[in-house]
Amino acid sequence: MYEKIFSKYTPERENLIYILHDIQDNHPQNYISEEAVAAVGKYLRVAPAHIYGVLTFYTMFSTKPRGKNIIRLCESPPCFLKGSDKIIAKLRELLNIRVGETTGDELFTLETCACLGVCGNAPVMMINEDVYGDLTEEIVTVIINKLKGEKL
Amino acid sequence: MKLYRSHILLAIDEASKLAGVVEFKDIFEQKLIEYNLSDEIKILESGPLGPLGSGICLSIFPENTVYYNLKTDDIDLIIKEHLIKGRPIKKLIYNREAVERYNYNYSNRIVLDNSGLIDPENIDEYLAVGGYEAWEKALTQLKPNDVIEEVKQSGLRGRGGAGFPTGLKWSFTAAIDVQDKLIVVNADEGEPGTFKDRLIMEGDPHKLLEGVMLAAYAVGAHEAYVYIRGEYKLCINRIRKAIEQCLEYGILGENIFDTGYNLVIKIKIGAGAYVCGEETALIESMEGYRGTPRSKPPFPGVKGAWQRPTVVNNVETLSNIPFIIKNGADAFKKHGPEESTGTKVYTILGDVAFPGLCEVDMGVTLREIIDNYGGGMKQDKKFKAALVGGAAGVFIPESLLDVKMDYASLKEYSAVLGSGAILVIGDDFSMVEMLYSVIRFFRHESCGKCSPCSKGTHELFMMINRIRNGIGKKEDLDKMLLLADTMKHTAFCALGQSLIMPIQSALDNYKDEFLAIMKE
Repeated sequence: MYEKIFSKYTPERENLIYILHDIQDNHPQNYISEEAVAAVGKYLRVAPAHIYGVLTFYTMFSTKPRGKNIIRLCESPPCFLKGSDKIIAKLRELLNIRVGETTGDELFTLETCACLGVCGNAPVMMINEDVYGDLTEEIVTVIINKLKGEKL
Repeated sequence: MKLYRSHILLAIDEASKLAGVVEFKDIFEQKLIEYNLSDEIKILESGPLGPLGSGICLSIFPENTVYYNLKTDDIDLIIKEHLIKGRPIKKLIYNREAVERYNYNYSNRIVLDNSGLIDPENIDEYLAVGGYEAWEKALTQLKPNDVIEEVKQSGLRGRGGAGFPTGLKWSFTAAIDVQDKLIVVNADEGEPGTFKDRLIMEGDPHKLLEGVMLAAYAVGAHEAYVYIRGEYKLCINRIRKAIEQCLEYGILGENIFDTGYNLVIKIKIGAGAYVCGEETALIESMEGYRGTPRSKPPFPGVKGAWQRPTVVNNVETLSNIPFIIKNGADAFKKHGPEESTGTKVYTILGDVAFPGLCEVDMGVTLREIIDNYGGGMKQDKKFKAALVGGAAGVFIPESLLDVKMDYASLKEYSAVLGSGAILVIGDDFSMVEMLYSVIRFFRHESCGKCSPCSKGTHELFMMINRIRNGIGKKEDLDKMLLLADTMKHTAFCALGQSLIMPIQSALDNYKDEFLAIMKE
C-alpha cells in the first residue's frame, strides 16, 4: 500500500524525512504506524530502530494515531507573553483532554509546539495546515465549536 | 506591455492568509470586472507590506495608500470611493505615522528593498528592478576569487547569530580542490520571535536565490540546497516556483549565460526541530538522520553534508550578497559602523504599539528601534525589559536601552545580536514567568545528544518551577547560575552553551522579583 508513495522517491537515506511526511499526510489518522515503519525500512534498507530514532526526534511526526484536526499551539516566549497559557487551559477545558492526547471521537489532538514564525499575531496556533492568530479565549471557543460542527 | 491606471498590491503572507486573503482577492477581481475596471486596475500579489497583525492589507499605487484590516464588505467601498472617485477612505487607512515610518525606511534597505513592492512569484518583476544583474556580472566579468574578495572587503558577517565573517568562511571552502562542493541555505528559522527569513523568502525569493548562485560561483560549487522548515509552506512554494522560473530563463541549469558554468538548486524540508538551526545538525537532518550536532572540527566547510565541503549560510546573509556584488563593497560599508557593516532586519514584538519588522543600519540604538519602528510602548504599558536575540538572547533593562545594536557594542554587555528578534516586555509581566518560558523552551528543544544540555535544561526547569510556585530558596538562584555556567563550558553545541545568557541577565537585573516571590 506504500508503493505509490515510494515510487516518488529514490531509495536513499536522504529521502527518509520526505517519505515519512508523505506517509503521515496520507494516513487518515495522521500518524506513522509500525507497519509503515517496517515497509520504509525495507525500501530504504534501514533498520526500523533507526527510523524510529528519526520519527521520535522531530516534533512534526507522530507514532500514535491522532485526530482529524491537529491543534498545535505555540508556547514560545513571544506567545507566552501574550497569554498562550490561558489559551491552552481553555483548549483543554473545551476538548476535555490534556496536551498530547486525542479526543474520544478522534476529532482533535492537542499539541504544543515551538515558534511558528507568525509572532506578529501572537498567540498563535496551527490547526492542520491553517494558522490562527491573535487568539483569545473567545476566539478559540468559536473555532473549536465550528470544527466540532463540521462533523455533524 | 499593457498600462494600468492603478496597481493594487495585496500582501499575501501567513498573516493575511489567516484573514482570508485568497478569497478576498477572488472577490475583488470579480468586482473589478463588474465595475468594468479590470482593464484599468490590476491586482498584484506581493509580500508582507510591513504592518503586521493587521489582517488583510493592501496598498494602492501610485498614491501608496495602505488600507488594513479589510473585510470583503469593504471592497465595494474601496472601488467606489477610492478607485472611481479618488477619495481615500480614512477609516480604513493604516496609521499614517506607521506607514510613513515604514516608507521612510525603504530607501535605506538592502535585503528587503523589494519586499512588498514586487510580485514575488514573477521573475520579470525582479528582473525589472535590476535582479540577477550581479549574477550576470559575476559569471561574465568576475573570477570566483574576485567575488570572495569583494565580500571580504564588505565586512559582511553571518546574520544567523554567530556573526562569522562570510568572505572568510567562503575562502576556506574555495581553497579545497574538489568538484563536489555544496552550498546550503539555512532557512530552518526557529528562534522564538524571529521571522525575518520567512519575510525575505515570502517577499523576495529571487534575491535569496541570486545570493545562493553568487556563493556557489565563489566557492566553486555546482549544487545548492535550501533547507526550509516544514511549517513554512508558503516559503517552500515560492522558492520552488522561483527555481522553476530561473531554470526556464536559463539563469540556472547547465551552461548558464554560455559560460559553461552549471548550477542546480534543490529544496530540503525540515520536520520541526529547533536544534537543526545549528549547521552540523542541519546537515545531519538533510542526510535523513536525527538532527543532532556533529563534532567540530572537521568544520562543514571542509567536511559537511555527505562528507563534501559545505558552506552553510543564513537566508539574510545570502540576501545581502547581490547588493555587494552589484554595487561594490564600499557602497555596503556606508551602512553601519566599521566592525559591523551593513543593515540588519529586526522583528519587534511584544508590548509595543506596532509589532512589525524593520531593516536598519547596524549600530542604531535599541531605544531608537523600539521608539521609531515599534512605535514605542503600547498605551498603558511601561518598558521593563527587552529580550534581544531570541530565546538564547539577553534581557536588556531600561538602563541599557541606548546600547548600539552591532556585534562589538553588544559584546560589551555579553549580549548578542542573535537572530534579530526584539521581544519587548511590559512592566506588568513577571520576569520569573518569562524566564520560566525561556527555560521550558530549551528543555523541549534540547536534542538529547549530550548530558550537560539534556539533563541541565531539565534540572533548570525543575528549579525555576519551584521558584515560580513559591517554594524556591535563595540558594536556588546561585545553583541555577552555576549549572548554566557549567553548561556553557561543557555542552556540545550552542544550544546548551547559550542558556547562561537569559538566566544571567534576568538574575542580574531583576533579582528582586525572584526574591519577592520566595517571601510570599
